[in-house]
Order: sequence, then structure tokens, then C-alpha cells
Amino acid sequence: MAERVLMRNFDRADSHTLAVYRQHGGYAAWEKARTLEPAALVEEVKQSNLRGLGGAGFPTGAKWSFIPKNHTGPVYLVVNADEGEPGTFKDRYLLEKDPHALIEGMLIAARAIRSALGFVYIRGEYVQPWRRFSGAVTEAYDAGLLGQGFDVVVHRGAGAYICGEETGLISSLEGKKGWPKVKPPFPAIKGAFGQPTIVNNVETLACVPPIIGRGAAWFAGLGTKTQGGTRMYSVSGRVRKPGVYEAPVSVTLRQLIELAGGVSHTGRLKAVVPGGGSAAILTADEIDVVMDVDGLRNAGSMIGSAGVVVLDESASIPEALMVLARFYAHESCGQCTPCRESTGWIYKMVHRIVDGHGRKDDLDTILDLARRGAGTTICAFYDGAVGPYISYIQKFRSEFEALCRA
Amino acid sequence: MTASALQFSAEQLAEVRRLQERYPDRRGALLPVLHMAQETFGHVSLEVEAYVAGLFGLSPAHVHEVVTFYTLFFQQPRGRHVVAVCHNLSCHLAGAPDILAHVKARLGIEPGDTTEDGRITFQAVECLCACEAAPMAQVDDRYELNLTPEKVDRILEGLR
Repeated sequence: MAERVLMRNFDRADSHTLAVYRQHGGYAAWEKARTLEPAALVEEVKQSNLRGLGGAGFPTGAKWSFIPKNHTGPVYLVVNADEGEPGTFKDRYLLEKDPHALIEGMLIAARAIRSALGFVYIRGEYVQPWRRFSGAVTEAYDAGLLGQGFDVVVHRGAGAYICGEETGLISSLEGKKGWPKVKPPFPAIKGAFGQPTIVNNVETLACVPPIIGRGAAWFAGLGTKTQGGTRMYSVSGRVRKPGVYEAPVSVTLRQLIELAGGVSHTGRLKAVVPGGGSAAILTADEIDVVMDVDGLRNAGSMIGSAGVVVLDESASIPEALMVLARFYAHESCGQCTPCRESTGWIYKMVHRIVDGHGRKDDLDTILDLARRGAGTTICAFYDGAVGPYISYIQKFRSEFEALCRA
Repeated sequence: MTASALQFSAEQLAEVRRLQERYPDRRGALLPVLHMAQETFGHVSLEVEAYVAGLFGLSPAHVHEVVTFYTLFFQQPRGRHVVAVCHNLSCHLAGAPDILAHVKARLGIEPGDTTEDGRITFQAVECLCACEAAPMAQVDDRYELNLTPEKVDRILEGLR
């Protein structure tokens, strides 16, 4: 297997402690970063081809560079640890097994964007990761790593998938319901508490110390032409060894399924969700795709949060869509009409089909609703729902029709 | 609940102020303080919402809007334990429907309900992001992984 970058410390005893983290080179990149100018740090991350690993895949260095140069007020760094995308569990591992990697990444990022205050927004259900990470923050304060020009507030969410959307997260952090905000202005211009804000995913920031420590060229060289590094793929569903697997972003979906022990149950692959619940589904014939941002985009899907869910021959595609449609109906924040209404009705229709009371023209109604609403809402939540609605029905239509009455 | 019972202790009030000072706008501390309120008072009733609103200089309506938006705040009394079974995709593929049916049969209640003796609130919830150990559930603060009906029985028996 290729070198572990993000999971390098996972197998060490007490990997979450400052002592063990330091023993294995922890905070050396921060020591180096302190001698570099902020602009040099941004440039290094740009050169590394690091792209956001939370879902959108936006180039991290470019995002950092959007903070207005002439801004004199506060700038905030916000860590999105509101992991919630169905099929994804990598950030939980980082928070529990290597929390100091995130703190070190935050210190470097904060210097790059000239931020004195960072927030870590951890989903409310992650009680153990929250305790573990809070313990690491306390250690970092006691060691004088934090509190010397950069402070960290650990903030617990309270149960809402939409708060993983960066402007929904900001609303929630401000003490409101987690409604996404209209963009522009983007958070880098006007974010948390009205100030320029960079929102980065946990894993994205955990990449930053290795980039600064070992150089942008090394990191870029691990990946593909347009995306550097390795990333943590969460593999679950019908595989023999579900788990989190780190691999260069040039890995193919077929290789990842093999890493996870191959297909379980019938042993015959039917379909794969390649990038979390909101990614369009791929058929068994489409798994030679490269698992980077552009590879999946070219295949008509998305890498998203890199949550891979494997479905074998015996898994029901209509049931899978019903489960996801229920999720979208439940998690729609209700702000935009197309999303609020369509997610509810589409769930009812798919449920009716699975129950054997559907009609074949329900399928066209769902496709029509999905297409009409796409791109009409404030945030990307509904577009994320449309990916599964359309792809599951288009690629497995006969399986849905077999359940319909007429 | 009487008005006098609806008070944080002096120590808790100091903690509220400390939390409020950590945010550029003290309103940022609303979720943390609501978590505190729920731990202290058991659930977030309308009276608790009004009390918390007073601590922030916010309207009770704003606090109500926030409380009702998030799934982890309970507006009604909940059981002494909360058993939240995930029914999203990976858990579904690993047998979550059977686990849900088993819990339902054991407790004799539907998801969303609380046993009559006030022991357990049972929920079916969306992805808790432990798909590598599906099917799974959150039992109070803990994640219970790789559930089987037998394991569910042991867990339920352990909840007093």
C-alpha cells in the first residue's frame, strides 16, 4: 500500500496525545510555518493542488487568497467538522485519532489568512470526538501552542445535516437556525459574524502540515494533474472489510473496492455510490474511474466527501433511493420552495413504488421534478438530492418499473 | 415546573457569561447554552426557551425557532435513555430494518416514542457516520456498533 500521510499516526498507542504527536514530528511544520510570510504559505498550498475534501473540491489555496488584502478587522477560520454525508466517517477518525494534526493545520492556516480566532464546528452527535478534540485543544493551550495570537473555540452542533453547508454552518455558529445564506457575498468576503471567514473541512486542514513540512511539490506529486495528495476514502455497504482507507487520489474505484476486501454477500457488484449519498450512482461497468475531483466529475458523478457505498447484486436500488429520499426530505432546511416541496413529494412517490403501489409515470414525474428544481435554490443541498434521484432511476429504471402496478 | 426551579446555578451562570464572551457576538453561545439547559432541565420546554432568551436578550420566538430546527433538542420530556438507530443507506444495507423492528418489538413503541415507564426514548435517525460498523445506533453519548438482535437485547437490558 502507498505511504500513509493523513493516517500516519493512527496505529500508534495514544496517538491523540500531544506527547505522541510531537514524538513523531508533530508541530515541526508549524515551527517552519512561523518563519514564513502568510503569502508564502498561501502560495505553497496553491502549488500543492490541495482541494477541499469536505465535498465541493474547491482549491484550498485559492480559497485562502480570497480574503480581502485591505481588510483591517478580524478574520475567522472555521473548521467544518459537521460530518454528516451518508457513507462518510473519515473526519471522525481524524478527530479521535489525530486531533493535533487538525490543530497544527489550523495554526498554519490561521497564519496564512491572518486569523486570530478559529471555530471548530463539530456535529452534536459526535460526543466522543468532541471530548477527544477538546482535550487536545486544552493540551495545546497548556503547551503554549494556542493562546499566543491564535485562539480556538470548540463548538457543538445540535443535529442538522444542512449545517455541513458552509453558510448554513455559519448561521448556526451565529446562534441561529442553520439556514444557508445567499452567495455572493462569499464567506471569504463576509462570513461568520459579518467578517471575512474561511471554512475548511477537517481532513483538508490535516493535509496542511505535511504540505508545509515536506513541500508542495511532494504533495502535488502524490496525486493527479489537477489534485494533489492522498485522501481518506470511507468504504462501507456490501464489502468484506468496510473501513477508512487512505490512498492517492489517483486510485480507481475498482482498486478501492479491492482494498476493502471485495464485494460481500453475493460477491457480484451491482452499483456503487462513489462520493457520499449525494453523488450520482455508478454501475458495475463504471468503476475504473479515477477517484479525484475531476475523474468523478467527468464520469457524471462527484467525489464529494469520498464516502463509497457498495451495493451487490442482491441490494435493491429502489430501496436505496427510498432511504436517501427519506434523508433529503428530513434534512431539507425548508428555506427554498423547490427543495422543501420536492424532497417531501419525491420521498412519498419512491416509498409508494417500493410498497408496490407506484405507477410507471411516477418515475417521469420524479425526473421532471428533479430537473426543474436543480440549480434554483440558495445552496447545493437540492442539487445533491437530484444526483441520486436522476441517476438511480435512469440507470436502473427496469428495477423500479418491475415494482410498479401499471 | 415552578419558576424558581428554572434557574441555572451561580456557577452555571458564570459559565454562560464565559461562553458568551468567547464569541464575537454573544448570541454565538446560544447552542452551547441550550445544550447546558437541556442537560440541566431534562428538556427544552417553552419556559426553558424563555429563560434562555432572557440570558441573551433575545426574544423567546427566536430561541423557539432555533430549538425546533435541531434534532438534538427535546421539547418534551424524554426517557432516561435515548436509543437512536441509524436507518440511512449503509445501515439499511447491513440490516437496519431488522434492528428497528427488533427494538420496536422489545420496547413495544414506535420510533419517536418513549416507554411508559420513562426509561427509553426510541428514535430512527439519519446517518451518524459510523458506516464501517453498520448497523449501528447511538445510545445516549455512546456509539454502539455492529448491532445484532442479541447485542441490542444486551444493550437494552443494561439501560435502567
